[in-house]
Amino acid sequence: MTSVLYDVPGPKARRISLIGSVIGVLVIGALLALALVTLAQQGIFEARRWAIFGQADVWSLIFDGIGATLGAAAIAAVIAFPLGLLLCLMRISEVAWIRVPTRIVLEFFRGMPVVLMMLFVLLVFATSPFIAVVAGLVLYNAAIFAEIIRAGIQSLPKGQREAGLAIGLTSFQSRLSVELPQAIRRMLPSLVAQLVVLLKDTSLGYIVAYGELLRAVQVMADFLGPQFLFPVFFVAAAIYIAINLAVSRLAIWIERHGSKKAAGGVAKAPTAGVSTVIK
Amino acid sequence: MDVIIESLPQYWDGFLRTLFLAVVSGIIALVAGTLLAAARVSPVAALRGFSMAYVEVVRNTPLTIAFFFAAIVLPRLGVTFEQFEVAAIIALSAYTAAFIAEAVRSGVNSVPVGQAEAARSIGMTFGQVLSLIILPQALRTVIPPLINILIALVKNSSVAGAFFVLELFGYGKQLANDHGDAVMWVLVGVAFFYLLITVPLGYIAHQVERKVAIAR
Repeated sequence: MTSVLYDVPGPKARRISLIGSVIGVLVIGALLALALVTLAQQGIFEARRWAIFGQADVWSLIFDGIGATLGAAAIAAVIAFPLGLLLCLMRISEVAWIRVPTRIVLEFFRGMPVVLMMLFVLLVFATSPFIAVVAGLVLYNAAIFAEIIRAGIQSLPKGQREAGLAIGLTSFQSRLSVELPQAIRRMLPSLVAQLVVLLKDTSLGYIVAYGELLRAVQVMADFLGPQFLFPVFFVAAAIYIAINLAVSRLAIWIERHGSKKAAGGVAKAPTAGVSTVIK
Repeated sequence: MDVIIESLPQYWDGFLRTLFLAVVSGIIALVAGTLLAAARVSPVAALRGFSMAYVEVVRNTPLTIAFFFAAIVLPRLGVTFEQFEVAAIIALSAYTAAFIAEAVRSGVNSVPVGQAEAARSIGMTFGQVLSLIILPQALRTVIPPLINILIALVKNSSVAGAFFVLELFGYGKQLANDHGDAVMWVLVGVAFFYLLITVPLGYIAHQVERKVAIAR
């Protein structure tokens, strides 16, 4: 790989770079070893601490946690996406009394922590934690989806809408059958990236006592004893991160393949759209 | 409504702590994130690999897990803090740094190739190219996304409220417990104070974005 930032390394630079790499690996290795030794001194690696993973109960709790996590994320995503579409159409409506209130509502939901919305639904409507988690995720992510799709519509060439209107479509028809399909296709990478954020945010359910993966860890540590906290946490975190990595990879894959198919290529998403995805 | 006015001292205290968490973590994350981005484009393979692995893993880690690790698991492993704010700052800055690194890297990629070529052709080293030519231009173009990351940081700091830090969300939970009859107003008050930070920041990001768009 060559980079414009530096010359193709010659023999001397390669040697320095190699030495640097070796030192870097040694330093990271030393830090890891230090961490492992510290952990070993705490007795983390004693076989009996990990023996719990031989029990079916532990795994069934972990799988229940995963199921709860994925279930809440899936239901929230399925509700949030159509709601986001609707909010997007209202946000760009030509009727001011629809557009302006929608804008305020979107600003409001985007500016608030998701966990606060979850707590609000939980306490004010006295619902189950599950509904609180799903409602919090839906409200927040619908607002984000709406903004992403809006950024997609705005990135379309003006002629698309003009052509739609010119052939006699109404404003709404043009949005629905000309602009939205293109916008969604353009913004697919951002939308999938937001799905990863949604999945990650499910872990906030821990705070409102929803029985997701992290809560399962807590329950097990309370039940089995604090010495099992680390092993259980370690396994649960690894599973969580693995699921997220898989969905992220999917997003990257869609980005690569989508750019070949979409007519005119996938436009570089405007900063507003991309940045709202960052969480 | 009365409950909001009654509890103003708590709100104010929580507001200041939220700001404190966001500012301190924000500064640490900006520095660490820029260093990570620099490592990502450096000629040393080990640095590139480390930066890539860090960003990839941390971006896919739920924030709650980072907090759980910093506030509950670390103390069990012998790393203890005087205050839980320290744990919150560790979790928030480690988490945010990964996102800042990605944003800065995309900024580095957006600087025209000729800039780096010109710098190299007058004999600058990699460190000089990056610190004098590329990064100043890259950071300028990524200011709007960076502000958006900082907005997310402010909102993310609410998770600290669930891990023993009395910031806005922490106070919100406490006040909601104390005023069972006015839970709605208590939480609306909390929301108001969050919007007090996030909405102006969003406005600034939008304005900067428009300026940059015109400049290019």
